[in-house]
Amino acid sequence: MSTRIQNNTPLRFDLQVIASWIRPGSRVIGLGCGEGELLAHLKTQKQVRETGIEIVEQRVVRCIEKGLSVIQGDINEEVHDYPDDTFDYVVLSQTLQQVYDPLALIESMLRIGKKAIVSFPNFGHWQVRAQVLLTGHAPITPQLPYSWYGTPNIRILSIKDFRAFARHVGFSILKEVTINTDKQDKSGRIVQVLPNLRATYGIYLISRE
Amino acid sequence: MCFEFLLDMSEYITHDQAGKSVGKVEKQFFTFAQPPDEMMLDSGAKLGPITLAYETYGTLNRDKSNVVLVCHALTGDSHAAGYYSDADDKPGWWDNMIGPGKAIDTDKYFVICANVLGGCMGSTGPSSVNPETGSPWGMDFPFVTIGDMVRAQKALMDHLGIKKILSMTGGSMGGMQVLQWCVQYPEMVRSAIPMATTMRHSALAIAFNEVARQAIIADPNWRNGNYYGGKKPDLGLSVARMIGHITYLSDEAMRRKFGRQLQDKTDLSYQFDVDFQVESYLRHQGAKFVERFDANSFLYITKAADYFDLTRFENANSAVRVFSMAMARFMVISFTSDWLYPTYQSREMVQAMKKGGLLDVSFCEVEAEWGHDAFLLPNQRLTNVVRGFIDSVYQDTK
Repeated sequence: MSTRIQNNTPLRFDLQVIASWIRPGSRVIGLGCGEGELLAHLKTQKQVRETGIEIVEQRVVRCIEKGLSVIQGDINEEVHDYPDDTFDYVVLSQTLQQVYDPLALIESMLRIGKKAIVSFPNFGHWQVRAQVLLTGHAPITPQLPYSWYGTPNIRILSIKDFRAFARHVGFSILKEVTINTDKQDKSGRIVQVLPNLRATYGIYLISRE
Repeated sequence: MCFEFLLDMSEYITHDQAGKSVGKVEKQFFTFAQPPDEMMLDSGAKLGPITLAYETYGTLNRDKSNVVLVCHALTGDSHAAGYYSDADDKPGWWDNMIGPGKAIDTDKYFVICANVLGGCMGSTGPSSVNPETGSPWGMDFPFVTIGDMVRAQKALMDHLGIKKILSMTGGSMGGMQVLQWCVQYPEMVRSAIPMATTMRHSALAIAFNEVARQAIIADPNWRNGNYYGGKKPDLGLSVARMIGHITYLSDEAMRRKFGRQLQDKTDLSYQFDVDFQVESYLRHQGAKFVERFDANSFLYITKAADYFDLTRFENANSAVRVFSMAMARFMVISFTSDWLYPTYQSREMVQAMKKGGLLDVSFCEVEAEWGHDAFLLPNQRLTNVVRGFIDSVYQDTK
């Protein structure tokens, strides 16, 4: 696996999709920003004003080493302090399925940002369905690689679920891109036919109605 | 072995393992506020002339855009890095942070550190001579505040022709000065790293300082501050230092390094002499401290730290409003085991910055077992964030 990672590691495919949606020079906050791959890319390629929230000290250190502004803390708490419309984009990448209260978080995101970008692994993917159906076990896939007792993914949702959630809660989906990625998520392609069955991830640009 | 290390840990200063150092440095002096143009203090009193002792490391670049101002803590001084002479057994107090190739890289930056107003390491303080009487000020020295210390440092910057500070940093009371600078002279501070510090003392912090002050005041040698030329209140000052030291460590650090181990004994002595290693350590710290520090300075500076309340700057009465005056990029650092200025106090600061609309704010709670004094100890993560932060601010100026 290490041989596949080059010095000039390209941005993960789902992050490339997100980056393509962000206007140059805008204000962006990344919730659960990890080691700041996306924010660093946006800062250098799109001259955004970046902020990140990350709970793990070592990752925060990595971000700051890269010159990013990052606050160590819990995303569910940290979002409360910002005034309304502080950011142009609030990004929650592959974290929604780990949030205890997704509704409250999305409401906060749409309060502090004009738009929000949310991505998550699709539990409706055929491999997930097939595993449950054929083996009777909780599914383990490249995108969902955890045993039931060790998984951080406490919210199980599919592409269809998120669309229904938007209708039910009352926010607008401005863009939807569903993707299928390779095992390392480095490359991928956009899925247009039967996304709830065939896409590994859903990526959404949303706003208040 | 462990214990020897701790004995040497009093100031946490050791020679750089890799031998990197700014080398020989010199203490310099700047005198200003000559009567009748004395400096107006926050208390309303006037003070002048004022001397600041300071040191610089590295080279000021042509457009004076590479200035890093370092502020020292309660009992620190201007000697932040390097050596005064070849015979010195220890470098300055933050030598692990400041030097060629280090986090605050003297190959790139011009670093300044001044002894605070009210101090006793070369700057004007209660042990200085009152020009009106020809004898030391003692208790006639006017009260000074963190704001006054910063005002004096501003005079030094003016003297050096520096209009913009690339980055300022300091731990503990040094961090208070950093915060004060950011709101008192916001247009001068590009970026700031307040470390292990607070917007204002908790009752707990004031309480420890008060016990320390009372130890000095209760020493019969203190004589209302008029002890210069006679016996000094060494006992009181050493007890004050012992109290301080307890607050600078942590439960975990003390448990791990001392536990209940006995000092040069195999059994309890049933005497009020030293039984435990921790007692020996504290006495050693106290005894060493009185050789270098003035008791009256200790009284004045602890009071300044207790009086400090950033949220009341210019009667704002709101941390959010105060931070909305600041223009700096911030990186706030706290340490997990700091119980003097615990992480929640740094979080309050960060919260106020966010509410005040500051966007360029970073915050990191560094994992450290050493308690409040962790900022003085070598720590790779601390080094990395300080280096990354200052370098990126410098990059943005180009």
